[in-house]
Amino acid sequence: MYQRLPEPGGMPIPFTLDGRRLEGRAGDTVAAALLAAGVETCRTSAVGGAPRAPYCMMGVCFECLVTIDGVGNRQGCLVPLQAGMAVETQLGHGKRELAR
Amino acid sequence: MQNDYDFAVVGGGLVGAAVAYGLGKRGLKVLMLDEGDVAKRASRGNFALVWVQSKGLGMPRYATWTRASSDHWPGFAAELREVAGFDLAYRRPGGFHLVLSQDELERRAASIQRLHNQDEVEPYHIEVLDGDEIRRRLPEAGPEVAGGTYCALDGDVNSLKLFRAMHAGFVRNGGSYRNGALVDRIEAGDGGYRLVTPDGAHTADRVVLAAGLDNPRLGAMVGLDVPVRPLRGQVIVTEKTAPFLDMPLSTIRQTDEGGVMIGDSQEEADDHDVMRPGINAVMADRAVRMFPRLGRLNVVRTWSALRVYSRDGFPIYEESPSHPGAYVVTCHSGVTLAAAHSQILAGKLADGGLTSDFDDFSARRFHVSAAS
Amino acid sequence: MNTLNEVSELAAAYDLVVIGAGPAGMAAATLAAGAGVSCLLVDENPAPGGQIYRGIGSTPLTERRLLGEEYWKGAEIASAFAGSAASYLPQATVWQLSPERELGISRGGRTRMIRATRVIMATGALERPFPIPGWTLPGVMTAGAAQILLKTAGVAVSGKVVLAGTGPLLWLIAAQYLAAGKRFDAILDTTPKGSWRKALSELPRFLASPYLRKGLRLMATVRGSARVISGVTALAAEGSDHLTQVRYTVAGRESVIDADHLLLHQGVVPNINMASASGCAIDWDDEQLAFVPRVDAWGATSVGGIAIAGDGAGIAGAEAAAERGRLAALDALAALGRITPEEKARRAAPIRAIVARYDRGRAFLDRLYRPAEQFRVATDATVACRCEEVTGGQIRDVVANLNVLGPNQLKSFLRCGMGPCQGRLCGLTVTETIARTRGVDPAEVGYYRLRAPVKPITLAELATLEHSEAEIKTVARG
Repeated sequence: MYQRLPEPGGMPIPFTLDGRRLEGRAGDTVAAALLAAGVETCRTSAVGGAPRAPYCMMGVCFECLVTIDGVGNRQGCLVPLQAGMAVETQLGHGKRELAR
Repeated sequence: MQNDYDFAVVGGGLVGAAVAYGLGKRGLKVLMLDEGDVAKRASRGNFALVWVQSKGLGMPRYATWTRASSDHWPGFAAELREVAGFDLAYRRPGGFHLVLSQDELERRAASIQRLHNQDEVEPYHIEVLDGDEIRRRLPEAGPEVAGGTYCALDGDVNSLKLFRAMHAGFVRNGGSYRNGALVDRIEAGDGGYRLVTPDGAHTADRVVLAAGLDNPRLGAMVGLDVPVRPLRGQVIVTEKTAPFLDMPLSTIRQTDEGGVMIGDSQEEADDHDVMRPGINAVMADRAVRMFPRLGRLNVVRTWSALRVYSRDGFPIYEESPSHPGAYVVTCHSGVTLAAAHSQILAGKLADGGLTSDFDDFSARRFHVSAAS
Repeated sequence: MNTLNEVSELAAAYDLVVIGAGPAGMAAATLAAGAGVSCLLVDENPAPGGQIYRGIGSTPLTERRLLGEEYWKGAEIASAFAGSAASYLPQATVWQLSPERELGISRGGRTRMIRATRVIMATGALERPFPIPGWTLPGVMTAGAAQILLKTAGVAVSGKVVLAGTGPLLWLIAAQYLAAGKRFDAILDTTPKGSWRKALSELPRFLASPYLRKGLRLMATVRGSARVISGVTALAAEGSDHLTQVRYTVAGRESVIDADHLLLHQGVVPNINMASASGCAIDWDDEQLAFVPRVDAWGATSVGGIAIAGDGAGIAGAEAAAERGRLAALDALAALGRITPEEKARRAAPIRAIVARYDRGRAFLDRLYRPAEQFRVATDATVACRCEEVTGGQIRDVVANLNVLGPNQLKSFLRCGMGPCQGRLCGLTVTETIARTRGVDPAEVGYYRLRAPVKPITLAELATLEHSEAEIKTVARG
């Protein structure tokens, strides 16, 4: 569980996750927006197919990989959220598809 | 005096491990000596092909030797799987060599023709295909592919698993592996050799030099001239990807783990720490032109490694004329030839020595050409 | 600062390129640009600050007391950088730095190679790997990650939260969370029992350092309002698809606590990937239990023209990092002929005095918060390499049975360190697990040999790099 602190905060930023409409805030990275929306497990691992979630939030662990606007294996914690982004979890297909 | 070992194999890379494993499984008492964690390791930098097409132009015996190894591979892989307890991901679905221009295709076809025109080469089928046929057989191939060649004998393996399996098999069969044991000196004595390493000396009836680029130094200690030099190659590896390519290409292959390997350059250079971005760019560019959808994949690793190249590019297998029982085994296709080294060559050594059908591989061939 | 948006806006060459916009990088770039040299600062994040001052110009948390006064010191450094003449390229990765100081820089799917006369790496630190059973489960993240979430997005981990580990940052994060009105179900302190005794000889120097008051205040705050369980000797995260409970041992007694989140932290270590891939010499530091680039008093590495400033050259903290950035910048200015050796020495003297003040307390902290071996070496069932999913048991088996000496041969046999994180999350664990198995010092075992790209770059980007006819011939051989 995650909670936004009761601060004025940034502007709402709409995006979709697996087609579902969600809202983040200006200043969020994609990974932060997902966690704030309650989505932790963002992919299954490429070797054992185990569920994984953001771990370091600073670009070193490569656990927060998601597909953003059709491009797979992006580091969600390094990509600033933008309005209209189509984010997809990488569940069940740990290995990235060639086309994505 | 009783020596510690029947054989000492100097070198724990793919060549040394194949010979040592092959000797050990024949019941001999074998010591394998290795340099350490960081060394000029051709074995950690190979492209993992078990490759037949295009090999042997200029030395028919090499073409038949490669073919023999390729034919021994299925049995060898099954044997290693048994002894090591894991699968090597060996396969022989045939392999392609792709080209990006008509000119490249013509040169390729001509060189294969010359290879097959050599006497002694038992012909095997290589298809020369145009771009449309390639795209029919490899649906991911892009519009720039001008054609290619296909040979059903080609295959590949997970070379890291091969490497580990030969080491595991060697140890399981009772072999002794000494790591961090760079050989300082080899001394010939009565009925054997004494190998001096930083942590002690070992004696063996016979010694096999399989130390890659260190073979010239070691060979000189036992009367063997081993003219090999480094030829640097660079390889790119991408992140793991869902399977898209079920057979190897000479320059692109997808491993059983999912990563795509892209190779491989050849340049005269002896520093394995240097990597030229321009060369990686050429390899990446050609790979993306062959398979456009590869372009979006992330590169996770690149490396350079040094091939062990003789003057004509072919292996050197030879017993020292002055030091009986001292052999050199060196080549650059350690994966393809692993089966031949373990299943054939080691058998010859175990049975008493190299037979005359190995004469073509002697380094004497360089002396002859130098004299003429 | 002059913010650039695309790699096409980069010059072909700079006098100085600084990598990383934490305190060391910002301070170095500000000082150098002030002397009139052409200076570029490249950073991975959307805004300056690095990890310690992450979100310093953009955090939604306007109530200053939440993050603490220490955090806001970053604002001063950031605003000086903003006012400087340096060029700044955010959201970009440096995927290659060659010993000849050619840099490969990517942003938004485009890449460029540029040259620098001098380079200062200010690539900072990362949290030490914390390999315990279950640490790959969703619900488990580093305490630093939770802090970044708080700083940049004003998002707090909530529900049943357990914080576990050791080190000054653990207490800082705890205090920040408590100040934000959050609570912990437990704080599991893994600081080894005997550490106080071992650290005692360094106490006098520590007392004279600026850390003392700060540290005591933090610990008192946290202990006063959270359940702190000391002397934890074993730790495991449990659950099937998500963490449900944390199992821990104190004085030989095992307990279980329900948890939605486990936040792990046991100190920070230098991020050495780029330094190592550039050929900089790396040494094992037994006090900091980490590999540290070999640098002189100016941060100069073993590779000419390349310096490292800040925690990337050995952990000394944020305040010292800014000063170390200034020292490296002075050295660069002297090398570029912009200041005389005398001026360099004169200007460095007061900076060195400040660095020395922070240095005083370091050894005490290193000893007190030296993480216990059982949390540094992976147990048989614990995943050591998260990317390739290699366990401690597999490592021990191969090391013992196949007589493997170091991480590079191990990598060939087990693939550990071959995944996208390039060993950042397993390197120290693997080295220490090998060392323990062999019964030798980690210095003898060594570290992964690292190569570019130190951050992923797409194949298409790589394909756009310039190449010569001769280079084409090395590949297309016909």
